[in-house]
Amino acid sequence: MRVRAQIGKVLNLDKCIGCHTCSVTCKNVWTSRDGVEYAWFNNVETKPGTGYPTDWENQKRWRGGWARSASGKLHPRQGSKWRILANIFANPAMPEIDDYYEPFDFDYDHLKSAPEMNAFPTARPRSKITGERMEKIEKGPNWEEILGGEFSKRSADYNFDKVQKDIYGEYENTFMMYLPRLCEHCLNPTCSASCPSGAIYKREEDGIVLIDQEKCRGWRMCISGCPYKKVYYNWDTGKSEKCTFCYPRIESGQPTVCSETCVGRIRYLGVILYDADKIEAAASAERETDLYGAQLDVFLDPNDPEVIAAARRDGVPEDWIEAAKVSPVWKMAMDWKVAFPLHPEYRTLPMVWYIPPLSPIQNAAQAGQIAMSDQMPDVRSLRIPVKYLANMLTAGDEEPIVHALERMSAMRLYMRALSVDGVRDEAIAARVGMSGRMIEDMYKIMAIADYEDRFAIPTAHREQNEAGADIRSGCGFTDGNGCSSGETGKTTLFGGKKKSFSLPTEVF
Amino acid sequence: MHTFIFGIYPYIALAVLVIGSIARYDRDPFTWKTSSSQLLRRRQLVVGSILFHIGVLTIFFGHVVGLLTPIPLLEALHVGHQFKQILAIVVGGLGAISALVGGFMLLHRRWVDPRIRKTSSTMDIAILGLLLFQLVLGTLSIFVSLQHIDGSEMIKFMLWAQGIFTLDPNAASYTEGTSWIFELHIFTGLTIFLLFPFTRLVHIASGLFAPLRYLFSRSGYQIVRSRRRRPLEERRRAFDEVQAKPGPSGTTPAE
Repeated sequence: MRVRAQIGKVLNLDKCIGCHTCSVTCKNVWTSRDGVEYAWFNNVETKPGTGYPTDWENQKRWRGGWARSASGKLHPRQGSKWRILANIFANPAMPEIDDYYEPFDFDYDHLKSAPEMNAFPTARPRSKITGERMEKIEKGPNWEEILGGEFSKRSADYNFDKVQKDIYGEYENTFMMYLPRLCEHCLNPTCSASCPSGAIYKREEDGIVLIDQEKCRGWRMCISGCPYKKVYYNWDTGKSEKCTFCYPRIESGQPTVCSETCVGRIRYLGVILYDADKIEAAASAERETDLYGAQLDVFLDPNDPEVIAAARRDGVPEDWIEAAKVSPVWKMAMDWKVAFPLHPEYRTLPMVWYIPPLSPIQNAAQAGQIAMSDQMPDVRSLRIPVKYLANMLTAGDEEPIVHALERMSAMRLYMRALSVDGVRDEAIAARVGMSGRMIEDMYKIMAIADYEDRFAIPTAHREQNEAGADIRSGCGFTDGNGCSSGETGKTTLFGGKKKSFSLPTEVF
Repeated sequence: MHTFIFGIYPYIALAVLVIGSIARYDRDPFTWKTSSSQLLRRRQLVVGSILFHIGVLTIFFGHVVGLLTPIPLLEALHVGHQFKQILAIVVGGLGAISALVGGFMLLHRRWVDPRIRKTSSTMDIAILGLLLFQLVLGTLSIFVSLQHIDGSEMIKFMLWAQGIFTLDPNAASYTEGTSWIFELHIFTGLTIFLLFPFTRLVHIASGLFAPLRYLFSRSGYQIVRSRRRRPLEERRRAFDEVQAKPGPSGTTPAE
């Protein structure tokens, strides 16, 4: 056993209202720069849809994630090390910027600077790459918002695999859900495995996957390697960038920006202890449907005295072990089994998990005679097909999804009985293999979702591995080039862009 | 002038190449990159880039082996100069065709495509232009070489190149009386060396070394970085020692 800790994340899709606050706050903090206008470290997709970049879930096309060979060994789907190097001159599986969208801005200035005209002045779009006029905007970061576009296009959604999808194009049967996405900070990331420069790494202390900007050479293999398409090439700096899990905030015990600002309170952060020795075996599980269970086996119970002893021995700080015991992520993934990894079949062992959404009963006309099993609506008759959710979260295995939806629906029933009738109906809880106490705890964390219950983030222990005297007068946090200013007079000698740095001054 | 270009300029160019590259790698690693534009436009890049790179690499290694293999070694291996000259013309010629076709595709794309044009620096266009100029010169020199199929001219350049690296003060004199095309070709080549650290060409160095590390010194696929100062085994040993001591036991292994 080799115990490591990671700050894991769960998103409760049952409560996501698709407001995009997470995306916008993330964008403002991290990607409002040249070269990454098109990049959204966090984005929210309307499902069913092909997503951003278009068709990202189709790994036959993009070749992301891992493939298992006949001998049971794993190699990136885009190829083993030799294959990856052979594609270094031109990466055949890399999306073009048009697969995301061409970034644009509007000529806002024209609105106030236009001369007197017969027509009202308008702000027309302009490309952020070339600066030229764009006559037609073909795509945006959220092009399918609220089921925008024809069903025939949106139904290319990979999660419709083995679903009779035609009926969902009909108005009466249509369904919709939101899927906020960010880097999964995988236990077995393909982006880092694909990097010939070794610039992408996972941090031992908190599991965050980062790209060393000074080591990245722009070989672009990470972009095709990542099956979630969450590594972005900055065309201005020539380096790859990705979600940093807001590590400066996480290190000081604060939630990530997307989690902090989530209006629907759907995001949870907490410590998960895992056994690093089990990762390889878990990721190479033979059947794709076994991968969800295999990943559960990698996680270690923070209440098990043996695990605690091993964690201490491996240097996991005491407050991290304590945080793991109260981790909302552990509760939802392990205790209640309501959270699932996104596309476990990619074999990356992702660490951002999702609670599937409940949805209205499918046929409202028959509302009086809907399929009920013991007072509870049969979750298989919900509007969002279980198979669709299973394709997204459990490699197509419906059983765990049904189980989770039943528990969530039982929670509603139990709490209704408690708050309306004042009855603690243990029978409801027992039917889904829980106790009333568990359901009330689940209600507190998942429905009420207080700030303190959503986030249990221990601070990083820099004091243990940094000597204050050594970093005195250091250059602090910089974006890119470390301490070097690249200052060589009026132009830059080595071609980097000169960045002016000015402090705000008082003007009056 | 001849002495300057063949006797002094090579040392200037090589010194700038080595010192400049070290300075850039050390001081500005953030600017050390391929500057790939594949994201912005895939069209023409896939074919162009592959042809160009394979051609240029063939030619580059051909020049290294062809110019720097000591003549006694060639004789010991019974490689005739005429055979070597013909080999150079055939392999180099194929490489040149590939690199020229690919290179002009890339230059056309860089010049015509608004996305690539707007995001190119002057140096990006200049260095590609210079490389193509050099490729054209090299291709033209094949026609001169055909008149010296016995390899006699080639020996002069081998002596010169090896003389530069063995600090032979007479190195420049070996190439006297050769065709102007060769002389311009060598001058341009040295100029490319000189400009190397200040252009995107630096990615060549990474392209040669990164694959070796990726293939041979990275045992698996994954990389985990730790801030902790001691490796896991050492931490465990220290922890076990503390635990084994009688008396009030420490709970956390201090780093």
